Amino acid sequence: MAEQNGIIQLKDIDVTFANEGKTIEAVKDVSINVNKGDVFGVIGYSGAGKSTLVRVINLLQKPTAGSVIVNNQNLTELSPKDLRKARRNIGMIFQHFNLMNSLTVYGNVDFPLRDSGLSKAERKEKIDKLLNIVGLADRAKNYPSQLSGGQKQRVAIARALANDPEILISDEATSALDPKTTTEILNLLGSLNEKLGITIVIITHEMDAIKQICNRVAVMEDGQLIEEGSLLSIFGNPKEQLTKDFVNTSTHIGSVLDEIRDSGIVDKLSGRLIELNYIGDSTNEPIVVELYKRFKVEANILFSNIERLQNTTVGIMLFALTGDDQDVENAIQYLNSLKVNVKEVTLSKKEGE
Amino acid sequence: MGNLVNKFLPNVVANWEGDNGFVTAIWQTLYMTFVSALFAGIIGILLGILLVVTADDGITPHKAFYTCLDKLVNLFRSIPFIILLAVIGPFTKLIVGQTIGPTGALVPLVIGTAPFFARQVQLALVEVDHGVIEAAEAIGLSPIKIIFRVYLKEGLPELIRSGTLTIISLIGLTAMAGAVGGGGLGNMAISVGYQRFENDVTIVSMLFILVLVFVIQGIGDFAVRKLEH
Repeated sequence: MAEQNGIIQLKDIDVTFANEGKTIEAVKDVSINVNKGDVFGVIGYSGAGKSTLVRVINLLQKPTAGSVIVNNQNLTELSPKDLRKARRNIGMIFQHFNLMNSLTVYGNVDFPLRDSGLSKAERKEKIDKLLNIVGLADRAKNYPSQLSGGQKQRVAIARALANDPEILISDEATSALDPKTTTEILNLLGSLNEKLGITIVIITHEMDAIKQICNRVAVMEDGQLIEEGSLLSIFGNPKEQLTKDFVNTSTHIGSVLDEIRDSGIVDKLSGRLIELNYIGDSTNEPIVVELYKRFKVEANILFSNIERLQNTTVGIMLFALTGDDQDVENAIQYLNSLKVNVKEVTLSKKEGE
Repeated sequence: MGNLVNKFLPNVVANWEGDNGFVTAIWQTLYMTFVSALFAGIIGILLGILLVVTADDGITPHKAFYTCLDKLVNLFRSIPFIILLAVIGPFTKLIVGQTIGPTGALVPLVIGTAPFFARQVQLALVEVDHGVIEAAEAIGLSPIKIIFRVYLKEGLPELIRSGTLTIISLIGLTAMAGAVGGGGLGNMAISVGYQRFENDVTIVSMLFILVLVFVIQGIGDFAVRKLEH
């Protein structure tokens, strides 16, 4: 049932642009369903159509085909006036902050409140509260040009929250920020989701951002949605090549494999290369020790990465197994019997050798 | 002091007061400049806004309307002012009832300036960050509110800059209009100073115009400095 009652339901969305006789299909037949309270991440490279897709949610981008249902309201059928009203329930933040340079921090947060019907005093109370939430209470009188990128994005978040929206759209909101500030902004968004129960849709090209706060992920390529699922399933068991690439850049396994191949370590390695992916408790078993005790197989760990995603441990380990051929085979069978994904990696030796 | 002025600027002193004197001429120039600036300003801002919002990437795109307006503005900008003065004589008479004197000059001044200013306004407003417009749309503002609260507010320093530029070029036009019967300092410089070989009158007329230009430029710069953050 929840599947049908998502707070945001995009159904069969197509967006095509006509440009000098050529038509460009930016989004092709994409359907997504975001449930209330989700932090839904859309990841893809630039040009994948993710920005166009999220702009469809508040109809900044009109879809060529398909329906946009937000809060059980079909936005494409609304009059301009009703659409503007519906948009107040959808806050939005942008890569380049898009603040009014002519207004102070206070004025920027007040901007969406001018038509709210609140009195000046009520507005002040609300703005003070919002600035407190984003940690900028002492900057109310500053102008955006006096703020750092991270502070500007905080102002933008306060502005987006001014009309108490149920949905917050983040369009590459951390892409122009340094890693530390990115983490702070994502933490802020995460806490808004927890404290206010606000549904968040973030789009990004950074898997780390997704990893930090999303519970569900959609992967886009070439205007199409190629994979969708919970964060853990996407991370622990990616199916499409692009998804694997994103996961690999995030866990660094890809660059480690390249390193092993290019540095010549691969030539010195004996045994079989095994990559393990595991989610949850199976990690607590001391696998390496167990392999030696049971099968007299030595596991030479080349790389290991463990992280906590949504309070669940997700790990990845790369090791070379050496020992008697049959023992190694048995060891691999044993690993397969655990709740882990086992993948044998074959690295071609350096070309030309 | 009085003696010095009498000695070096005899004709200026002789022509200081009276219907054709300097005092009147200064008032006429100020009158022509500011009254036509007011009307050209209103028309220019209106046309400039229309050009921006109806353009392809504007908030209410309208191709046919934009194309017509764009062409019309170009057309009127292309007519040399001195010819415009003559060509629209009948129209001027229709609107203000006379074709000579400062009031008669108002109509051609407005028509000569408004398209120029419209283009300046368009350029100023197009500079407003498209992202901020998008943010305002996402917040749920109507197009009319976006014009007033975003375009005009964010574009204000740039608008003042182009306004200053326009008024200064307008002062140049008032001098030209003056020379063909509009009165003012231009008339003073040409029909008194130049044609009667009273060079001191020409030079003093020019100095007054320079002072006017500097004052306006100064006020414009000051306002922009106050507004920009």
